[in-house]
Amino acid sequence: MNKILLKIDGREVEAGEGMTILEAARKVGIVIPTLCHHEKLEPYGACRICTVEAEIRGSTKLVAACLYPVEQDLIVRTRSERVDKIRRMILELLLAHAPEARQLQDLAKEYGADKDRFEKEPSFCILCGLCVRYCAEVKKKNAVGFVNRGAGREISFIPEIASKECWKCKECFPLCPTEALQAAYVFTEALVSLTSFQA
Amino acid sequence: MDSDRIDQIINKHQGQARSLIQVLLEIQSENRWLPREVLEKVSEKLEVPLSRVLRIVTFYKTFSFTPKGHYEIDVCTGTACHLRGAQRVLDTVQDLTGIKPGETDLDSKLSLETVNCLGCCGLGPVMEIGGKTHSKMSPAEIADALKKCE
Repeated sequence: MNKILLKIDGREVEAGEGMTILEAARKVGIVIPTLCHHEKLEPYGACRICTVEAEIRGSTKLVAACLYPVEQDLIVRTRSERVDKIRRMILELLLAHAPEARQLQDLAKEYGADKDRFEKEPSFCILCGLCVRYCAEVKKKNAVGFVNRGAGREISFIPEIASKECWKCKECFPLCPTEALQAAYVFTEALVSLTSFQA
Repeated sequence: MDSDRIDQIINKHQGQARSLIQVLLEIQSENRWLPREVLEKVSEKLEVPLSRVLRIVTFYKTFSFTPKGHYEIDVCTGTACHLRGAQRVLDTVQDLTGIKPGETDLDSKLSLETVNCLGCCGLGPVMEIGGKTHSKMSPAEIADALKKCE
């Protein structure tokens, strides 16, 4: 495998072909915050919190570190005024949806995000897709999925599958950066017991 | 809708997963809605997870989880039609039919939807009744057009 040399925050980093910026950075202990990333899952690039500045041949652009493949002579800055500003904005927007999420609150403290900047609209879910993708890619059960679109998009357990598979698995619960997932499951369970009660 | 007909539609597309939307569209247009059991059957036959079928069905406005009327009335409320009086058209249709957008009347004859553009803005206000496009609608014309829905 070809070795690729790049610079992350001023440090020379050696990475293999096909690695992402995030993987290369983690290998040498440079922290890039992530919300929708999971080692066992395909990169998804939903939360954009891993946005970094990538400079190649003199031009700088903002990329998602979890998706962007490393390149020879790439210069990456994981903390800069521009990056911090974007992360702050993302956090403020996400906090409007999930104000109680511990993970978001910790990040907000680090980046100085104001959690009350936007009017609260608690859906409690930030649509990171961790539960949906874990269920599909690792467990191959597809018991939980996205429904609707745009502002109405949300996660939803499929009662027919969830009633058979979920109660003995629940591996997606600890993945959730908010508490929305568990709530959705409890809701589905209640519905299932209600319908079986009626039947 | 009987399950033989669904099998027929699925077989027409060689049971391929990539034909999912086509299959759903055909069932929707014949049956006028997509019952849960039908989605489960399609998911099983095409080997597409039910969660993906539901994601797609809830994404597109064409698909419906509730029975639609025999005649679907689409009133365009896009920018051009809005300026040319789409609201008046919509009000008239609601008065004449007694149903609101998204609803179906009791004998499943008519259902009403608003759409964002029917692609002929110069002819606004435009509405579609049972697939037939009506242009430059005035309240009197709406009554005439609706009378034909028998």
